Parts: sequence; C-alpha cells; structure tokens
Amino acid sequence: MAADGAALLSLVEEFVSGLQDSKAKDAATGVRDGQFTILQLVEALGLSLTSSQPHTRARGVQLLSEVLQDCYGNLTEREVEVLIAFYENRLKDHFVITPHVLNGLRALTKSTVLPPGSAVSMLRSLFQDIPVQSLKMEERSYVYNMLISLMESREAELKGLGADFVFGFVQSMDGERDPRNLLLAFQIANNIIRRSYDLGTFTEELFEVTSCYFPIDFTPPPNDPHGITKEELIQALRAVLTGTPKFAEFLLPLIIEKLDSDVQSAKLDSLQTLTACVSQYEHKDLAEFLEGLWASLRREVFQTSSEKIESAGLTALTALTSCLSRSVLNSDSEDSLRTFLDLVLNDCKHHLCEPDLKLVWPSAKLLQAACSASTRASHIVTAAVMPSLIEQYSSRTQCSHRRTLLEVVQRFVQSVKISQSLENEESVFLAFSQPLCNMVFSALTESNSSLQITATSVLTSLAQQTGLLLDSDIELAVDHLTRLLLTEEDDRVSLAVVECAGALAQLYPAAFITKLIPRLKKEMFSEPMEQDNRREPSELHSHNAVRQRCLSALAAVSKQPSVVLESTPVLLEVLSSAHTGSASFSVEEVVLACRSLQRIAEQVQDTEKTGRCFHDIIIPRLLSLALQAALQGEGSSGCRSPLVEEVVLSAMVPVISTSCSRLQPTLAGQTASRAVSLFLDGDVSFLPDNSFPSHIQLLKQGDSWSQSQMVCLLMGCMCSLPCSVEVPQVDQLLSQLEEMSCTCSHPLSYTAAAKCFAGLVNKRPLGDSLDSLIQRTMKRVCSELDCTTSAVRTQAFTLLIWVAKALLLRYHPLSTALTDKLFSLLDDAELGATAANGFSLLMSDSVDVLNRSYHADVRIMYRQRFFSENSAKLVQGFNAAPQEKKPNYLKALSNIVNKLPKQVQVTELPALLSLLLEALSCPDQGVQLSTLSCLEPVLIDPPLALIQQLEALVSRLIALICSPAMNVRIASLRCIHALSRFPVHEILPFRARVLQALAPPLDDRKRLVRSEAVQARGEWFLVGSPGGR
Amino acid sequence: MSGGTRLENANPVVFQRSGERLLTASEEDEDVHDPIDDREIFDLIRSINDPEHPLSLEELNVVEQVRVKVNDAESTVEVEFTPTIPHCSMATLIGLSVKVKLLRSLPDRFKIDVHITPGTHASEEAVNKQLADKERVAAALENSSLLEVVNQCLSTRSI
Repeated sequence: MAADGAALLSLVEEFVSGLQDSKAKDAATGVRDGQFTILQLVEALGLSLTSSQPHTRARGVQLLSEVLQDCYGNLTEREVEVLIAFYENRLKDHFVITPHVLNGLRALTKSTVLPPGSAVSMLRSLFQDIPVQSLKMEERSYVYNMLISLMESREAELKGLGADFVFGFVQSMDGERDPRNLLLAFQIANNIIRRSYDLGTFTEELFEVTSCYFPIDFTPPPNDPHGITKEELIQALRAVLTGTPKFAEFLLPLIIEKLDSDVQSAKLDSLQTLTACVSQYEHKDLAEFLEGLWASLRREVFQTSSEKIESAGLTALTALTSCLSRSVLNSDSEDSLRTFLDLVLNDCKHHLCEPDLKLVWPSAKLLQAACSASTRASHIVTAAVMPSLIEQYSSRTQCSHRRTLLEVVQRFVQSVKISQSLENEESVFLAFSQPLCNMVFSALTESNSSLQITATSVLTSLAQQTGLLLDSDIELAVDHLTRLLLTEEDDRVSLAVVECAGALAQLYPAAFITKLIPRLKKEMFSEPMEQDNRREPSELHSHNAVRQRCLSALAAVSKQPSVVLESTPVLLEVLSSAHTGSASFSVEEVVLACRSLQRIAEQVQDTEKTGRCFHDIIIPRLLSLALQAALQGEGSSGCRSPLVEEVVLSAMVPVISTSCSRLQPTLAGQTASRAVSLFLDGDVSFLPDNSFPSHIQLLKQGDSWSQSQMVCLLMGCMCSLPCSVEVPQVDQLLSQLEEMSCTCSHPLSYTAAAKCFAGLVNKRPLGDSLDSLIQRTMKRVCSELDCTTSAVRTQAFTLLIWVAKALLLRYHPLSTALTDKLFSLLDDAELGATAANGFSLLMSDSVDVLNRSYHADVRIMYRQRFFSENSAKLVQGFNAAPQEKKPNYLKALSNIVNKLPKQVQVTELPALLSLLLEALSCPDQGVQLSTLSCLEPVLIDPPLALIQQLEALVSRLIALICSPAMNVRIASLRCIHALSRFPVHEILPFRARVLQALAPPLDDRKRLVRSEAVQARGEWFLVGSPGGR
Repeated sequence: MSGGTRLENANPVVFQRSGERLLTASEEDEDVHDPIDDREIFDLIRSINDPEHPLSLEELNVVEQVRVKVNDAESTVEVEFTPTIPHCSMATLIGLSVKVKLLRSLPDRFKIDVHITPGTHASEEAVNKQLADKERVAAALENSSLLEVVNQCLSTRSI
C-alpha cells in the first residue's frame, strides 16, 4: 500500500510539475485496476489543487478530470456528490482551470449514480458562472455534451428547473459558429421541443437563437476532416424549427422573407421547411400568414427557373392545403380552407382561359396541387374550375387550344385520383361526367392526331374513377376506339388507342367481348376490294396496316381471363387460315399473330382456366399446324405454307415457352411429356385435326429441314419448364439432340438442337451422370474441332458455345474446360473471328433459353466471375498471338468488357486500359466500334486511371473522327462529347486542340455525324468559359 | 431569376415545339451525301434558351423554320428572328446567341446573316447593324459578363 502511495505521488508529481501528459493514462489505469482509489488520488493531488499558482491548479484538475473520463463508472454516489461539489466550486476559479473543470463535469454527468438534485445545482452554477461562448470550440462541446447526457438521464429534474433551463441553454448557444457544435446544439434544442420542456416566456428567444442559422449555408472544408455535410445541418435545424406550433408566428414570416432570396438553395430549403412545418400546425397558426405564403408560392411557380423549386413549391402548397383541410370548423370561425382556396382560384382560374399563354400550365399545376390535398379541397377546386374548362373547350375552335384544355382536364382527373385512392366514395367528377364524356368523344372524332391521343389518355383516367362512367358511356367509348383502330393511319394515335383499349378492357371486359372482338375478327378476315381483282398497292398496304393494328389490339385487351377465351381463338384462326391459304395473310401478319399470343401469355392472370386454354388448346394447335406445314414439304417459297418460315417458327417459340414457364406448372408438365412423346416416339394422338402419318421421326431428319427445324418448338417447351417439373426420357432426348446438333446441316435446326441441349444441361442436377454427359459431349466436340477438314466444325462450335454458356451460368466446375477451348479457338484460322464474336453471346442474356424468366439456373455475377478468372488469360494470349490474330483477342476482350456491369468496368479498367487504347488504334472497325461503345458509359463517371491517360485517349479518339465508317465517327464523337464532362482543370489543356479537331466533322457528308459533332463542339466551347462550366 | 424583379413580358404566348427530326433510311446509308438544309439549321437554334423565361426560342416563336434560309452550295445562311414584343430589350442578346450558336456549329465556309424579322422591333436597324458587324460581335464576346449570358442561353438545360 505504501509503495502504491509513493508510486501515485510520483505519478502526480510527474504530471503536474513534469508536464508529462501520458501519466494521466497510467493514473487512470491504476484507478481502474484498483491499485488506488479516487480518494487517494485526490489526497495525493492535495497540494497541487490548493497551490496558489493557477497553472499548477489547472494541471491538478486536469489530471483528476482525465482520470474521471476513464473511471466514472466505478464511482459511488457519495464520491460523485463530493466531486460535483468540488467542481462546482472550481467553476468560479481562474479561467485557465475552467476547461478542465468542464471536462470533469462532463465525465461525472455520465455516471449512473448521480445524486438527486446534483444535476440542477450543477447546471445552475454552470449557467451562472461560465460565459460559454467565450470558451474554445472543444470546451463548448463539453458543455453541450453535458446537457445531452443530463437530458437523457435526468429529464424530470431538468424539467423542474422550468424555463430557466431553456434560458440557460439559449444563453450558452447564442453565437455558436462551429458546425460540429451546432449539430449538438440543434440536438439539444430538438430535445427541448420534442420532450415538451417548459419554454415559459423564452419561446421567441429559443426560436431566434436557432433560426438565425436558417437557411443553412455551409461548405465543408476541402479535405472534409469532420464529415459534416450541409444536408445534415439542414435536417437538424429543420427538425428544431418545425418541431412545435409555438414557433409558427415566428417561422412563417421568416419563410416568406427567405423565399424572396435570390439564392436557389435558400428558396428550396424554405419551401421544404414550409412543407415540413405545416404537418404539425393547425389552421389558426396559419391564418394570418396565408396571403403572404400564397403570394410567395405563386411567384415561385409562375416565374420559376428550376423544376426543383417548382415541384418543391407545389408540394408545399399541397401540404398547406391539407393542413387547412384537417381543421375542425367551429360555428363562429370562418372556413379557412375555403378562404385560402378562394385566394388560389382568384389568382389562377382566369389563366386557364388563356390556353396559349405561358401561365396556363403553372396555374393548372398550382390548382392541381391544391386539388390533390384532400377530398374537400378537390370538391371546391373542381366545382370552380371544371365548368369553365368544359365551356372553354366547346367555345374554342383551335386544336392546339383544345388540346391544352384537355391536358389540363386530364391532370385534374389524375390529381384527384391520388387524393381518393384510400377512400371508397363516389367520384368528385360525378356531376361533370356527361359533359366530360362528351368532350372526350368529340375530341376522339377530331382529325387532329395529338388531340385524339390526349383524349384517349383522358378516357383512361376517367375510366379509373370508380362509378363515374355508365355502361352506355363504355359502349360508346368502345365504338369510338374500334372506329379509330380500323380507320386511323397515324401510328402514334393507334398506339395510344391500343393502350387505352387495354386499360379499359381490364376494367370493363364485357363491352370488349361483345363489341370489339367480333368486329376486329370480321375486319381481319374480310378480303379487301373483292369486287375488283386488281388491288391497288396503297389499299393493300392500308388493309395490312388495319390487320396489324387489330392483332396488337387483340393482345392489348386480353388481360382478363374472360377476354382471353374470346380473343385467342381469333388469333389461332389467323394462323390456321394462313396455313390453309383460305385467307391471304402475309408472313409478317402471321408473326404478329404469334407475338400477340405471346403477349397474352405474358400478361394474363395465371388461373386454371387460362392455363387450360394455353396448354390444352393453343399449344397443341400450334404444334399441329407447324407439323402439317412441315410435312407438306419445303417447296419453293411461293407455294409453301408460311408456317415453315424461320421467322414464324421463331415467333411461335416464345408463345410456347412463356406459357410453359408461367402458367400452371402441372399442366406444363403434361405439355412437356406430350412434346417429348411427339418428338421421340412420333406420338401424334394429342394433336387436333389428326391426319398425320404414323412414323414421324422429327429428331432424325437428316435431309428434310422443314421437319428438322421443328426442334426449336421442342426447345421452347423443354427449356422453359419450372424446376419442379420432371423431364421425361431425358437421357434419350439428350443423346438425340446431341446427335442432331453435331450432324444436321440446317443452321436453324442445329442451333436450336444445341440450345435445347444446353437448356436441359443447365437444369440437370449435379452429379456423376451430368459430369459424364458433359465429358462425352466435350470429347466429341473437341475431336470435330481438332480435325480441320471436318465438315461440321461450325456445328461443333455452336454446341460448344451453348454448353459452355449453360455451365458458366450455374458455376459448374467443368465450364472452365469449355471456355478454355473457346480461348484457344481465337487463334484458329477459320473460326477465330466467330469465336471472338461468341464471347458476346456468352456474356449477354439470351431471350429464348437460359434466362431467369424461364427458370434457368443463373447465378448472380457470373459475368464478373468469368471476367476475373479469364482476363489474365486474354491479356497473355494477346501478347503471345501473332500480329494478324491480335484483333480477335481485342474483339473478344471488348465483347466481354462491354457486358460487364458499370461498377466492375470502372474497377477493372486501370488494368485493361492500355489494351483498350490499343484496340482503339486497331484497324478493324468492328473492334473500334465495340471498344468505343464500352468506353462511352465509363466516361460518364471517369475513374482516376482514365484521367491519367487523357492524352493518349484524346489523340486516339480524334484520329477516329476521320474514320471512313459513319458509326465509328459517331461513336468517337459521342466519347469526345462525354469527355467534356470531365473535371475542368484536367481537360482545359485539350480545349483548343479538340475544338479544332471538331471543326471538320461539322462539314461531314452525313447529317447524323454533323449533329453529334455540333453537340460535342457546343459543350467543349462551354468548358472553362464564363457561364459554361 | 430574382424574386423581386418584374419581367417585361410575364405571360407570353407559348407555341408548341416541333418534334425531333424523323430519321430517314438515306441518312443511315453511308454512301448518300446529306446536304445541310433549312431544318438542320433550325434544329441548331430552336433549343436556345430565352434569357428571361425557362422556355426555348422555338416555344416563344422567336425563331421559326420558315424564317431560316440556307444555301449549302453557296455557303450562306440567313436567319430572321422575331422578338416577342416590339420593345424587347433582349433583342440584341437573342440575336447574338443565335449568331454565336451558328458560328460554333457550322463549318467556317458559311457566311452567316442574322437579323430581325422586318417590322417587328422598334430599333430594328440598330440591332441588325450591330449583329452584322463582325468586329462588334467579336468585341462583345470579349466581354466576360456578356459571354456568360450567351453561354447560359446556349447550354443544354439542366434540371
């Protein structure tokens, strides 16, 4: 003990007189470990604490405070009491001691055994004796931290201080300038407000002392050492200012004043603060400021210079209106919502009568913002506005005016939709439903296309208002839509009409089943100009266009199962009459019919009914038609059925795969086993119109391409099944597909067989049977590829790349062997370029097989994985390759990098940059183009490595401006355009050179090149120029 | 735009914007030479911002395609612009913006003539004279505050 005492004394001595700061740590450790107590420390400090020299006393207190920082948890209540009494007393001491006293008190406030009453006495002496703002930044933060800890632990006691606490705090933070301390001070102020401390008579003082920082204007120092952002300060201050309705009378005038400011960020902050504060307020808080607020909001929206401020202003108006809507009306008070909306209407309504002037839109937006705030507001606004809009519409004759009016109406209908989404009451527009319908229908009969388009979207919005449209209105609407579909030539109009029909059919299927579908069917199957055998080409063309619109409309309206049951038979009839030739449908129309079926399969609800429709009717019918066409033979292209065409078959595939992937898995399983028995065993029993020969062998057709290509339909079915569905006879299927893909000479057939094989391999469970299958296939493929005279090298290559993709997607360990083979083919004389292009296939998502929507096993980030495992091999191969083979490597590289996600591109770029720059100077245009297209997105947010290579990059891009290929010129100009967004100080040295280089392409022979050059040059002129960047 | 200042013409008539030029097959064909035509010149200037309103010159009908004449073979361009009101104090500035945009965007073989549509501005002659004087245009662009306003009119609008 004695030894400890001596050690302690020497520690104290070394700290106080020897000025060794590290000894504080040792003392703290000693106390924590129980070597000596706080009491002993205080005793040992005795002399220094009572010294007549302030600096010695300061050192003494400092030691004690620093020890307390570490050990406040170990103190007893009695010790704390004594220490607090000591420190309180020291507050009156010399100013050099004050910082250490505050530090000690801060430690003590964290103690859990603070005696009752001590918090109050501590704060009283603090507020009384210390002028906080004369302290240094760090010491001020001690005070704020003390307040924060006491507010956490001794809330009741502090509230007992009453308004004195608020006054003391106001005095302490008055004049604070450091952002770090401000964050703490705002937190305290926020606590005071949210935890309802008694503000007493100091409400205005508390507001003044915080609001003087509004709006926050703060730019962090360049290296940003403290990590405080402007946004943090704004949010903290906003929480304080908007925290209580008691501030309303002070805050609202302040906001009105700051909205007058020229500084955009101040306006924005004011508007956002306004939006935040009114959520707490009642109408009586707002009453006297409504006029002023409205004047400012109106000005911001009428004369806005930025969309951000405009939308903030509109949001604020909505918030303000909904605050007023919440108010409960008394019999004696006036209706403040109505008063306010009268103001708004008074200033805005007359602008709606001038549809060609600028202010019509700002006024409409303001009214809509108010309208969307509440049901009451929307009733008041629409009652005032709609009659005049409707009247205007009928009195105006110019199409552009009418269109503007119609657009305004549409925005009103939509804004009300937002406000009514939760309530289930009748539409605000019920009173105007007839005039509105008349307006829409009259617009639909106009000849102006943009008027018609607007009318269709108004119709869509009206239909979404519950109970607004009567059945007779819907029927009339369907009549109008049908008429437009059949007669309107303008593509944009028919697109809008189709879209509107789709939206309406979702809500009112009956009218579409009885009216639209029969009419479209009749129209499609009527032959044009039957009285005259010689058809005018233009009429034929328009008849084709009508058919195409009918087909896409049939798809668009088929969302409800009841409609699907009516529309799909029509589409199937198109296919069968195209096959039999009873109605002359062109190949494009047949393809469109398939697309429509596909779209229906994608969008229809997955129910038993629709599942049966697709699996029991549509798919067998498609297979049957395709088989009939195939058996009829190939013939010359004039007389054969359109259903053997490659485009038609390729369009049928997604119909089958979409329905197998998303409609009714059990039925999909049934379809799968039927398809397998058809292709393996020639079982045709499930096909309708069954008049087929009995020995069909679709997978063993060496010479008849029309039959062998049907394998793509098998692919559509097999490769899209959910994983829960078992594939029947899978081994036999796989071996026949492999045989076909390696021997068949018809490109569509062997590619489809290879894809189907790959799709099945991708979903096979891991295990020996899969490994041996892959090894067998691999051996066969490699032996064909290694034999340079083989006739089926392309076939073998196709199988290789698809199987490689199937395995790569699921991270199968054997995928490396296959991709290595691909890399080695880059040196091949015959297949090198194909192999380089193959990497693009490997890295991109394919639409018909091996994607997630068809339940393939696709692991996340397989591209990154492939890239990181193989980029070194590529670079190595490039360096080792002979000169004439190098382009293949560059092309493969740019194909891979192109498909990587942007974040990965940016991180990998430094390593590959030299290779990519090399690729830019490679004479092959394909390589140039694909490299440029992979550079362009990276340039938008350039990594450091790129900026360091700016010189090389700029000169290579400038060289490519003169390329003979127009695409390369365009792509390089786009890259140069993107360079103009680089940090100004980096690109300024290149400005003159780039501007000069961009002059010749301004006179390019191609307009597309010129327009890119104009844009790039315009931006480069702004670099480093006043008003530019 | 400051909150307090009043605009000379606070509620101007707004015209519809023409759509993007439709892409034709010949424009994508490497072997066809596309001449510079009126529409191409109009596309260069229609998106210039008005100095006062957040609207383009096309929306204010200050420039119209019928008032743009180009002769590619003789390398001449003539643009007439129409101020929104006869006393518009911004007329010179708008003319300067149009001229600068064309200078930056056209090959230097072109002779560029920008002037006010006859009879639409009070001090038409004075403005035309200023715009036609090469040295005065060059001198105006040396003035950094003027250049700043012109650049703002020519920068693509940021949202």
